[in-house]
Amino acid sequence: MELEYLGVFQILLGVLWRFWPVWVALAIVLVLSYAFKPRLGLYGQLFDTGVGVAGVVICLFWAFTAIFADIVSPFDPLTQVFVMKDALPGAIEPETGQAFLFGGDRLARDVFSRMVFGSQIVLVIAPAATLFALMVGTTLGLPAGYYGGRVDSVLSFLANLVLAFPVILLFYLLVTPGIMDTPIPYAMAGVFFLFPIIFFCALFYTRFRSRPRLLAVQVVLTVLIGGWIYAGLVFDADPLGIISIRPNELNIFVAVVFASSPGVFRIVRGLVMDIKTRDYVAAAQTRGESPWYIMLWEVLPNARGPLIVDVCLRIGYTTILLGTLGYFGLGLAPESPDWGTAIKESSRLLRAYVHPALPPVVALMSFVLGLNLLADALREQSLKD
Amino acid sequence: MIAFIGRRLGTMALTMLCLTLVVFFMVNLEPNLRKLAISQLDMRSSDEHIESWLVKNGYRDNFFVRYGRWLGVVQKQPYVDPDTGAVTPRFGYCDEPAEPHYGGILQGNFGCSTKFKTTVAAKLFPALGATGILMFWVMVVMVPVALLIGVLAGMREGTRTDRSLSVASIATTATPEYVSGVIFTVIFASWLGWLNGSAASATRVGITFSNFTLPVMTMAIYGIGYIARMTRASMVEVMTQQYIRTARLKGLAFNAVVIKHALRNALIAPFTVIMLQFPWLLTGVVIVEVMFRYQGFGYTLVEAAGNNDIDLLLGCSLVSVFVVLFTQLISDVGYAYLNPRIRVS
Repeated sequence: MELEYLGVFQILLGVLWRFWPVWVALAIVLVLSYAFKPRLGLYGQLFDTGVGVAGVVICLFWAFTAIFADIVSPFDPLTQVFVMKDALPGAIEPETGQAFLFGGDRLARDVFSRMVFGSQIVLVIAPAATLFALMVGTTLGLPAGYYGGRVDSVLSFLANLVLAFPVILLFYLLVTPGIMDTPIPYAMAGVFFLFPIIFFCALFYTRFRSRPRLLAVQVVLTVLIGGWIYAGLVFDADPLGIISIRPNELNIFVAVVFASSPGVFRIVRGLVMDIKTRDYVAAAQTRGESPWYIMLWEVLPNARGPLIVDVCLRIGYTTILLGTLGYFGLGLAPESPDWGTAIKESSRLLRAYVHPALPPVVALMSFVLGLNLLADALREQSLKD
Repeated sequence: MIAFIGRRLGTMALTMLCLTLVVFFMVNLEPNLRKLAISQLDMRSSDEHIESWLVKNGYRDNFFVRYGRWLGVVQKQPYVDPDTGAVTPRFGYCDEPAEPHYGGILQGNFGCSTKFKTTVAAKLFPALGATGILMFWVMVVMVPVALLIGVLAGMREGTRTDRSLSVASIATTATPEYVSGVIFTVIFASWLGWLNGSAASATRVGITFSNFTLPVMTMAIYGIGYIARMTRASMVEVMTQQYIRTARLKGLAFNAVVIKHALRNALIAPFTVIMLQFPWLLTGVVIVEVMFRYQGFGYTLVEAAGNNDIDLLLGCSLVSVFVVLFTQLISDVGYAYLNPRIRVS
């Protein structure tokens, strides 16, 4: 059966049209941002430079694509339509009359829809894993930098130990189907996911120790919400059934957090060592504040600039790591639409068909580029102060 | 200085010991041992068969005893048949002696690869050589290009050249090897047909321009942006120094100031960055070698990990950890050596 094709111009229009919810959302956010620019602080200042605007637009674009993936994509990412096997871009699917805008892949799935749904996986795992790594790295980096001495030596040695592992070897050891039969990923998840709870409890305790009523409310809330997420993620036993994670996703998540927290640790430690020599820290020490109060309420807020920049860069780096995992077929299911797996699938057949490879490649590159531009603009803005 | 290096070497040895212990633990997990046994026997082996194979080859001995054997502080035992009393070496294809002996890392014996049926040394060192060639060309391409971009961008801060070069270097840091590899292959191999999309022939026939350019380009591009940005930052800082202004005021041409006065001081920081790039390159090597089918270290590592080839994987980790730590040491020592303001004591 002969397939009908759209022209290049029609494909372009079709792609632009499919993204309409994204454009609408993007327009609303940008108009609002420009309207309230002076009141938005650091975020508002981003709109002063071209680099900053580009970074914000690209990141928001992918964020909205992930949110509206169901509306944007015309097909299901896993459904196979057999006539569309290796179809070229713009081929029209005979039954629905919808076009495969970027063509079909080796297994006759719509490349465009897969790219759109791939953004969902990447944009959930990468920022979440980075935030957990930030929690772990901060909670350990603060005392290491503040106390120095033996605490610092031990923690730094452990961090260097992880950093000395080539990432790829780490992943081959940590993310294999076999390891999910052992308790190792769950034990690691149990340890890592404990850090946010510890962090927030310490945060509230040091500040509101003298107001037990308020403290009790905050600690109970932290433990409840934290424990709920903890139960859902580590034991897959969320009583409400909202939070659940598949074992292979947990495995990836833990491996990525493990690989990137030593980097955060080093940065936090360096920042703390710098900041603890300032006068306001000395003032707090003279007031008789506890060490953890100084770390969490004096040092940490003043380290936020470099940390925000680092988080932006690190989300990009985590995205690259996820892509690496997908490229080596580690962890994620082989039919998963995430970008790394899609690149692996299509790069093997590059001699025959080029079109399935390009959308995930461009998607991954543009998202990481957007984050890097954002980080660059943020760094410049924070240097200005 | 000597004491500093000595202490660092001590830490290095301790780190390597810890890391190999961790790797040893991971490869000896029950599912991994089963995978090894199945790959050595065949898919339909019964559980008893697998178990007897594992016992026979000593995989059921105490964990620390086996680690000691690998390290070379405990004697390796040959296999003694309980019925006949006949003594045979565990791995015939590696020329292991049939009597108890010390044969570990400390004796220079890397062990025996179960996947390639040869000694680890015979497999690992040629692969390292092949990767060394790749790394050499990557460095030859990456370092001059990156330094040039960084110096050009940093010598006049805030100009159009600076901004466009900076955005270009940000773009290259956003392009991991598996992305740039696909893009370059599409452009240069599929559309233009100038270059070969696979480096498999480099191992067999030899390295040519057409089969080696793509891997080198792919690997270099990811590192260029990072080094260039570091060079730029360092260059910008140097250009604001008093001595640069003095040189300008005494009437030297701008180019002469850049080349004679600024460049030397601006290149100290990138030196460290370039040395610290080696660990990154190690990951890049794995991706690029798999992508372009080049039989080097990365390819060996993937094969070893995929088949749970214990000794080979341990050898690979030892080598990569050594590379990482050694380049860190060189970068620290070199930095102190290059920068007269820093004294290590």
